[in-house]
Amino acid sequence: MFTEEQEMLRMSIREFVEAEVKPNAKEWDEKSYCPIELFPALGDMGILGTFVPEEYGGVGLGYIERSVCLEELARHSAGLAITVMAHQLCLGGILSYGTEAQKQKYLPDMCSGKKIGALSLTEPTGGSNFMGQTATGECKDGQWVINGRKCFITNAMLADIDLWTVVTGENEKGRAVLSAFLIDKGTQGHNPGRTEHKMGMRSSNTGDISCVNVELAPEQLLNGEGMGAKIALSTIQEVGRAGMSAINVGILRGCLEESVQFSKERIVYGRPLHKLVNIQFAIAENKLDYETAKLLTYRAADRKDKGLSCSCEFALAKYAATEGAIRAAKRTIDLMGGYGVINEYPIGRFLRDAISGSTAGGTSDVLKVVIAAETLKA
Amino acid sequence: MELKIAVCIKSVPDPDYYDKITIDPKTKTLTRKGIPAIISPGDKHALEAALQFKTINGGIVTVISMAPPDAKKESYEALAMGADKAVLLSDRAFAGADTLATSYTLAQGLKRSGDFDLVLTGTESADGATSQVPPQLAESLGMAHLCNVQEFSLQTDGDIMATVKMDSAIGKYKIKLPALLAISRTANKPRYKTAMSIIKAKKKPLNIMGNETLQADTERIGQNGSPTWPGDITIPSLARHGQILGGSVEEIVEQLITKLRLAGASSVRKKEKSV
Repeated sequence: MFTEEQEMLRMSIREFVEAEVKPNAKEWDEKSYCPIELFPALGDMGILGTFVPEEYGGVGLGYIERSVCLEELARHSAGLAITVMAHQLCLGGILSYGTEAQKQKYLPDMCSGKKIGALSLTEPTGGSNFMGQTATGECKDGQWVINGRKCFITNAMLADIDLWTVVTGENEKGRAVLSAFLIDKGTQGHNPGRTEHKMGMRSSNTGDISCVNVELAPEQLLNGEGMGAKIALSTIQEVGRAGMSAINVGILRGCLEESVQFSKERIVYGRPLHKLVNIQFAIAENKLDYETAKLLTYRAADRKDKGLSCSCEFALAKYAATEGAIRAAKRTIDLMGGYGVINEYPIGRFLRDAISGSTAGGTSDVLKVVIAAETLKA
Repeated sequence: MELKIAVCIKSVPDPDYYDKITIDPKTKTLTRKGIPAIISPGDKHALEAALQFKTINGGIVTVISMAPPDAKKESYEALAMGADKAVLLSDRAFAGADTLATSYTLAQGLKRSGDFDLVLTGTESADGATSQVPPQLAESLGMAHLCNVQEFSLQTDGDIMATVKMDSAIGKYKIKLPALLAISRTANKPRYKTAMSIIKAKKKPLNIMGNETLQADTERIGQNGSPTWPGDITIPSLARHGQILGGSVEEIVEQLITKLRLAGASSVRKKEKSV
């Protein structure tokens, strides 16, 4: 299924994660700490700019390799993986829609980990009500003036580059016209607000950001006025869902490996736990959830790399991966009995991370709507 | 003149799978089927030392290995870590070699691949762990050698100053090139392979050499050249599985109690602190 280079990349990232991430993941989760000091190392490894061409500081590989990296990170820290994923949302938006000057200005530092990105779409009115957003952008005296509030933004407090979508007008049918802007950290009036205290994904940073009369030069507009909806939706569908699928494949592998290890070590009735047939059923179901999500995720990534349509494929992958991860984590806790709820084991964290990550990039119900729409087209 | 540095690497079964390795009772060799191979971890320290030495002094780093053709993967891994070239000595005639035949074959491969100023090895392999190859190889090459080298540097007079770890002492040696140094596992932290370095590895030269090219004495290679013959082999029970616990004393006690309970011990409880 994977090439020799992809397998070597996986083993290399695994070696890195087992040495630099695994020993600290529990503490990061307990302290709600996002280890941004690892970003330069992640950049050196090629994890941040996997799918970015070499001329912009990336590695020039594709979404299969990106998925491999995110899966390996999420195997031990889904919180760190979602931090990278959100960074790549901003990065992917600039790569796909930025001018040459914007790419040269932002991408090399984002690939190397010197600068961190965020994508600010969701508002208090809800992320799924995408076209109903209320943040505004007005052009006054040659400058754009941005006002509004975004919430549940991953990397809100950490981002050096914040990609915003705002309403900049109305079309002839009276519908909102959205545009996208790149806002640099420290721009007057651009203020991160409160940090959310989350159930899971606790080693990632999530919070509010507000813009109060933020003045931006025209060069900060991404891909022209009125392109915001396209930029945001394609980025969410093909970068965000792709990333969340891979992250949940990582969580699923964690559930599978933990359930296998525990059932071999745990002795009940004088025999290892896995000798019980109901435990074998649980392990078989974990394996099925993992393999299903993995196949769907890498199939969708392969289509993306080949330039084929992949929105429905990533919706399928994310739906299977997020719901599968929640099921597998709960199932593994059941398998472990009392030990499953003791935080010395990572399985409780896996469940919290799986539930918390399920809404990012579209809830399962939103994904079902996408899948049904594509299926009914046929 | 550019220094020529060789690093010997060995492809070994991944130690994480040691509980799955069996020994063929007839050939008395390891059955590696289904066990992934990796670069012997100690050899990665030798490669890291070579790469650091190159960064300071310049030079070309060549990795050399004697292994079946599948070991191309480990050669590419070494190239991805930063080696410039790789040589894989691969021929059925090399199979079944003990340390003496291995050392002889490696020496022939090194002689055929260039006049190396410095040859680096690990101190011992993860599978055989005899530590015999470094000194035997140095003898075959006619080079001075040091084992368990912690650090080394090139002096202005062209000699090497090396620090050697001993059981209860540290030795400092001056050694003339060409020389062979077996690098200690505590000498450095081997670098990670990056996505970019993995892409570049496939573009670097990998020379696979059989005995037709090597022209080694067939009486000194493989089983023919191996005076070592294992006697009876018994496989010890692996029922008891050692595990090292980390953390503070309190944390270790907590982990130990949890593991004992997990294993079915019914009367394990912590001693309450007296007030």
